[in-house]
Amino acid sequence: MIFEGLSEKLQNTLSKLKSKGKLTEKDVKEAMREVKLALLEADVNFKVVKDFIKRVSDRAVGDEVMESLTPGQHVIKIVNEELTALMGSGQSKLTFSSKPPTIYMMVGLQGSGKTTTCGKLAKHLKKQQKNPLLVACDIYRPAAIQQLKTVGGQVDVPVFSMGDGTSPVHISKAAVEHANRQGLDTVIIDTAGRLHIDELLMEELQQIKAAVKPQEILLVVDSMTGQDAVNVAEQFHEQIGIDGVILTKLDGDTRGGAALSVRAVTQKPIKFAGMGEKIDEFEPFHPDRMASRILGM
Amino acid sequence: ISGYGKIDEAFYDELEEILITADLGFDITMELIESLREKVKEVKTDDPHQVKALLKELIINILSTGNRELQVEPPPAVVLVVGVNGVGKTTTIGKLTHYFKQQQKEVMLAAGDTFRAGAIDQLEVWGQRNQVPVIRHQEGSDPAAVIFDAIHAAKARNCEILICDTAGRLHNKKNLMNELGKIFRVVDREYPEAQKEVLLVLDATTGQNALQQAKVFGEVAQLTGIVLTKLDGTAKGGIVLAITKSMGTPVKMIGVGEQLEDLQPFDPSSFAEALLGDTDENTNVDDTKI
Ligand SMILES: Nc1nc2c(ncn2[C@@H]2O[C@H](COP(=O)(O)OP(=O)(O)OP(=O)(O)O)[C@@H](O)[C@H]2O)c(=O)[nH]1
Ligand SMILES: Nc1nc2c(ncn2[C@@H]2O[C@H](COP(=O)(O)OP(=O)(O)OP(=O)(O)O)[C@@H](O)[C@H]2O)c(=O)[nH]1
Ligand SMILES: [K+]
Ligand SMILES: [Mg+2]
Ligand SMILES: [Mg+2]
Repeated sequence: MIFEGLSEKLQNTLSKLKSKGKLTEKDVKEAMREVKLALLEADVNFKVVKDFIKRVSDRAVGDEVMESLTPGQHVIKIVNEELTALMGSGQSKLTFSSKPPTIYMMVGLQGSGKTTTCGKLAKHLKKQQKNPLLVACDIYRPAAIQQLKTVGGQVDVPVFSMGDGTSPVHISKAAVEHANRQGLDTVIIDTAGRLHIDELLMEELQQIKAAVKPQEILLVVDSMTGQDAVNVAEQFHEQIGIDGVILTKLDGDTRGGAALSVRAVTQKPIKFAGMGEKIDEFEPFHPDRMASRILGM
Repeated sequence: ISGYGKIDEAFYDELEEILITADLGFDITMELIESLREKVKEVKTDDPHQVKALLKELIINILSTGNRELQVEPPPAVVLVVGVNGVGKTTTIGKLTHYFKQQQKEVMLAAGDTFRAGAIDQLEVWGQRNQVPVIRHQEGSDPAAVIFDAIHAAKARNCEILICDTAGRLHNKKNLMNELGKIFRVVDREYPEAQKEVLLVLDATTGQNALQQAKVFGEVAQLTGIVLTKLDGTAKGGIVLAITKSMGTPVKMIGVGEQLEDLQPFDPSSFAEALLGDTDENTNVDDTKI
């Protein structure tokens, strides 16, 4: 069993039970309290937790405990299956456009890790023999363009910028033309951090999307995000439409329940994990590992 | 809050949901609800508005802990700004500088983040916006050496407040936390006469991990206060209750945007109000929808 810590708690809770037979509503209710706590402590959104607990309970109550399992193990098995269903089981790959350049666009809240992730993604794609172009569309944050240029230098990828006096919509269009002329097959657009409730800046993203039709819009989410992750993901998805998620700062000790929240409200896969500040600290995302991390195992 | 005039289990459940979704965390939410139940018995009320006011009072009590004034008098003073990656340290320094300058204080900045791409240039922009000097070395150089130089520059120019930026670091990185320890020792040794503010910057969007951040940063340095940023979003930042309650570190300032003026002294009462939300009105809106 992968969920050892919670597993133990559940075994204790259910130890008073006779070892076999059907699970009663009362047994399941007690066990679910532990699951609920573990998920809330991991920052999984309250509503997501509620739905999850209901699904697991509905399945478990009245279930005949399998010969080979204790009641605790049986409940864990159901939790495990439902969690996997929610997180997605397989790894989700990046997609490419049939007609180059393939355009990726990074969006998200302030400080989530977009600019750093642009560099990481460029390096990742270079390893796959792609020729990326980084595009500086953050014209607001002090020294954002300089930051992207430095990052581009670290991975030896060109950076397209037009300073901070031109609109991001215009910059992104010009960048794609530039990529076409230079024969660059991949375009990675860095956008300014913004709040999901900032109407003007959200509209700017819609305009960039309409202008360059990105292959994928990737929502960059800080893995330390708390209950608000659902609002953020929901709003970005509703207003812009996202294709995938990149979870950053997983090198910390957060349980990372935001992953579950974001996945639950958008139904979009988490594609990569940021594992450090350095440009090569970047990995494909493994939903199963994340599930056990969230449950504190 | 639904169920007007009725303080039942569903009512407490709704309060619990409000607190949990504001990132207070399970433990403190349960404690608050328990204390609230006792208070309600004591006061003998069945008015939901009054019950909510009682809860608000409990929250304000916790948040009023400690001295919320920035300790920069008498000069000189040094303000160290620390925290994990991307929470808003450098931006907060830009805003703090503006805040102090409005009080006619002489401010100087130290570019102690020599690691992150563009970090020095970013601080330089904030220095220019505020027209204050920025002491900087090259990218990749020793941050403690920058702080050392900045302290001596501040002394030489009779600067009243020196604000030091530091690189974002996750609290579970031993070597980076040791590097921070070294910076504190330089400040203690080179500037014993200065008032010291060590401000931990927390992002209001952060969940339960913020408690761990506060604990570990607090072990490396004597934190004097918290700056809670990004409160202009929809996140409530409720984790600061757990921090203030367990560590006694007060929230001193809040960040409410990305511009110079977007920094305010922390007010427990309006924070508690925002945290509990305008739920009465929300319920009315929901009712009409159904
Ligand atoms: N430890 C760690 N730090 C990261 C990771 N990804 C990004 N960071 C750091 O997080 C901070 C913010 O990263 P940026 O790339 O500037 O974030 P951003 O989303 O572009 O920020 P804005 O443009 O201001 O919205 C920086 O200190 C990065 O070094 C990661 O996976 N792990
Ligand atoms: N909406 C909002 N954004 C903020 C606030 N404070 C900072 N930001 C933004 O958050 C992002 C990160 O801010 P920084 O000041 O670079 O954060 P930092 O902690 O210095 O980051 P590192 O040095 O990379 O660790 C920037 O885009 C800021 O504009 C705030 O109060 N509200
Ligand atoms: K953040
Ligand atoms: Mg950026
Ligand atoms: Mg900084």
